Amino acid sequence: MTKQADVVVIGGGITGTAVLHELAKYNLRAILVEQEPELAAGTTKANSAVLHAGFDAPEGSIKARMNVEGNKLYHDLKDELDLQIRWSGSFVVAMDDEQMAVLRDLLKRGQDNGVPGLEIWDGDAVRKSEPNVSKDIKGALWAPTAGICWPFGLALAFAENAVVNGAEILRECTVTDIIVEQGAVKSVETDQGSIETKYVINAAGIHADEISHLAGDNSFAIHPRKGEYILFDKTAQKNLVYSPIFPTPTKMGKGILVCATTHGNVFVGPNAQDMNDDEKDNTAVTISGMDETLEKARRLVPNIPVGAAITEFAGVRAVSSTGDFILGPSKITKGLIQAAGIQSPGLTSAPAIAKYLTDAIVREMGAVKKSDYKKGRPAQPCFRMLTNADQRALIAKDSRYGRVICRCETVTEGEIVDAIHRPVGARTVDGVKRRTRAGMGRCQGGFCGPRVIQILSRELHIPITKVRKEMKKSYMFYDKETQSGGKA
Amino acid sequence: MDEQWYDIIIVGGGPAGLSAAYSAWMQGAKKILVLERDREVGGILQQCIHNGFGLHHFKEELTGPGYAQRCYDLVKDKKEIEILVDTMVLNINNDKIVTAVSPKYGLIKIQGKTVILTMGCRERTRGAIRIPGYRPAGVFTAGAAQRMVNMEGYLPGKKIVILGSGDIGLIMARRMSLEGCKVQAVLEICPFSNGLTRNMVQCVYDYDIPLYLSHTITAIHGKDRVTGITAAKVDEHMKPISGTEFEIDCDTLLLSVGLIPENELSRELGLTMHPLTNGPIVDQHRETSIEGVFAAGNVVHVHDLVDFVSEEAEIAGKYAALKAMGKMEGNVTDVRVEAIDEVRTCVPQHIRIGKGETIRLFMRVRKPMKRVRLTVKSGVNMLFSKVLPIAKPSEMIAADIPAAKVNGHYTDWTVSVKEEEA
Repeated sequence: MTKQADVVVIGGGITGTAVLHELAKYNLRAILVEQEPELAAGTTKANSAVLHAGFDAPEGSIKARMNVEGNKLYHDLKDELDLQIRWSGSFVVAMDDEQMAVLRDLLKRGQDNGVPGLEIWDGDAVRKSEPNVSKDIKGALWAPTAGICWPFGLALAFAENAVVNGAEILRECTVTDIIVEQGAVKSVETDQGSIETKYVINAAGIHADEISHLAGDNSFAIHPRKGEYILFDKTAQKNLVYSPIFPTPTKMGKGILVCATTHGNVFVGPNAQDMNDDEKDNTAVTISGMDETLEKARRLVPNIPVGAAITEFAGVRAVSSTGDFILGPSKITKGLIQAAGIQSPGLTSAPAIAKYLTDAIVREMGAVKKSDYKKGRPAQPCFRMLTNADQRALIAKDSRYGRVICRCETVTEGEIVDAIHRPVGARTVDGVKRRTRAGMGRCQGGFCGPRVIQILSRELHIPITKVRKEMKKSYMFYDKETQSGGKA
Repeated sequence: MDEQWYDIIIVGGGPAGLSAAYSAWMQGAKKILVLERDREVGGILQQCIHNGFGLHHFKEELTGPGYAQRCYDLVKDKKEIEILVDTMVLNINNDKIVTAVSPKYGLIKIQGKTVILTMGCRERTRGAIRIPGYRPAGVFTAGAAQRMVNMEGYLPGKKIVILGSGDIGLIMARRMSLEGCKVQAVLEICPFSNGLTRNMVQCVYDYDIPLYLSHTITAIHGKDRVTGITAAKVDEHMKPISGTEFEIDCDTLLLSVGLIPENELSRELGLTMHPLTNGPIVDQHRETSIEGVFAAGNVVHVHDLVDFVSEEAEIAGKYAALKAMGKMEGNVTDVRVEAIDEVRTCVPQHIRIGKGETIRLFMRVRKPMKRVRLTVKSGVNMLFSKVLPIAKPSEMIAADIPAAKVNGHYTDWTVSVKEEEA
């Protein structure tokens, strides 16, 4: 297979999908390649899911500019793309005078960065707003423009809109090489064939340095920094916190926070562990990491519902050797556009990064906006959020909306089938889970798992043995005939 | 289908729900409805294709599906009993209006004079016990794997490690061995097994499967699919002991780490729950803290034998029927039944003493013991006393307090198990 494109985006995380969404507004041929069966399978799926206000990064940094701008853009995109965002605001809390001084520095920095509405609150004011925080808290920096979101949903929304507008996404497509001729990008080679293109956007997350090397640019390195999280059942400790509660930051990052999710759960994390460069995919959770996370989270919110943990997970942040985002054209290879080192606040910055990079490319190419660009994306029915009358109407239209597959989260067969057949539809069990929440509740798929596997098999026309959990080779079940030790 | 009245609405068509329906019918209830979320009734029994069921209740040894069929045969042709399958109950309110949904009938709202909760239980997950490591494919709860193996005909893997010695895990150790898989180990964090003795013998010892007591998993390996686990011995606080780690090669990890009563509907309804059973607090008729709402089976407390589930459900069915028909007799007083000493839980948690009936108490102890004395007292008056040769947390103890002993003992009861002094 050989394909032609104007721009190839490498990586289907939040950065890559946001870029594709922006490119899809223009009259150009854009293709995104993602090595896994599902989008957002790397750092995007395992982070704090906070849309930061923008006071953390130093004034004048690319991070600071992208963060503040990205936060602003999400305020508009929320309705346009039907994004799962709650504008909760955020607190950074201080335990002593020394930390209060840090907060005042953050306030100043935030104001310099152009963050609106920042205020320093005293401890009592914080506790009035967040009754479950520790009585040892002396004060906090309140950032009203911060929010919480569902990062997978954001990436999917960007991708769905892009595909509806003619962009192409190749999943399970691994980049094997980038051909550079006379110092300029010529094509991207993949295990699915060659894509001829003049522009490559490197949004490969933790592997962005390797992609850059393929195109002949060794000017930076990406170091993995792992963070572990614990997620709690939503029936435990309802409304434990409303806004993200951060400790005072240190040089290792923003610290272990206590946060609600847009779905009503509570989570704590992440710790920060620098990993060896050959451990970029190490997302294993550890006993020490879980203990550290719980212990530090308890300092902020003492009554963490430890017994109600439903899952633990880890993500790896892409820390760049330059200390800042690496954005824009490579100084070495023409046509290679970097979007690398996108650690926090990368999620928040994504739409701003997308605009910044796309503007540069379309200016150079002379591309114009599509006249028939379609805003938004196909509506996604969500049974549990509907009124009884709407539920009745939905079932009358398609009786599969009357069959509840996931009890914990009340997800119907109709929603699962829709998730599979949408643009960029679910291909795996976790793909169904992240789109519909089936299997995300307290039983973690114990009941619905086998049923979801059967629906995937039926709808994708693949045998049960080819149904995967999430990653490319994460097959779940074997045939009795071929795998039986008795017959082998 | 909508806006209908029933004497009794039963939520769940497993052995508890079917037994409750039959018992209510025997009492003469005229309008009984069973709501079942799966496409067939029978509940978890459908996937329990091994034998060993029914010795107490049907006086013969049956398989799980065989037991379910017996329960179903008792109710299937009764015009007073209506069964809706493929129907999920979404909500129950204080007026006993049940909201349910099915592909066939859509969203329905029906009202019962009484409601019986028989939703059963679910398995505890990996997250609940916080196992470190990756999140690859190949980690299943024992029950989910059992469904795939026994009902759908697929294997979860070839080399199996089982964490937890609950009964489902033990049964799966045997099942996987019979399927030609290699069961590498059963690991149990407690210093004793958590399954029935007969399952330890027939499913683990008989198949030469290594059993590691006081061991747990400290890491799961494999990014896409499980490639192995690290096991370690634990100390008396169940914390892994550094230096005792060893690797076990496997492609599958089955979890059998406990069962939790499925009480989301009960909680939303506002029933008073018991912190240790994780089920609603009930009286001897299995009536909950809301009048006319009954509960029975694993939703009240996790049983080890389905026979006792049926027995408990028959009690609930009977009294729900009497209540619905206005025939429930009043009670003289309400006494608390308190579990003390080595008794961890006792069901029922309170008794409404009326005209006189034999009360059966179901207990679980805290730890395995030999030669214990079980006593039931009302204040200082001894109602029951018996020496048991053995008591284990995995095996529920039943004690019948005869009607003659019950009457007149209106001071709160205590149920005790203590080791007999040598």
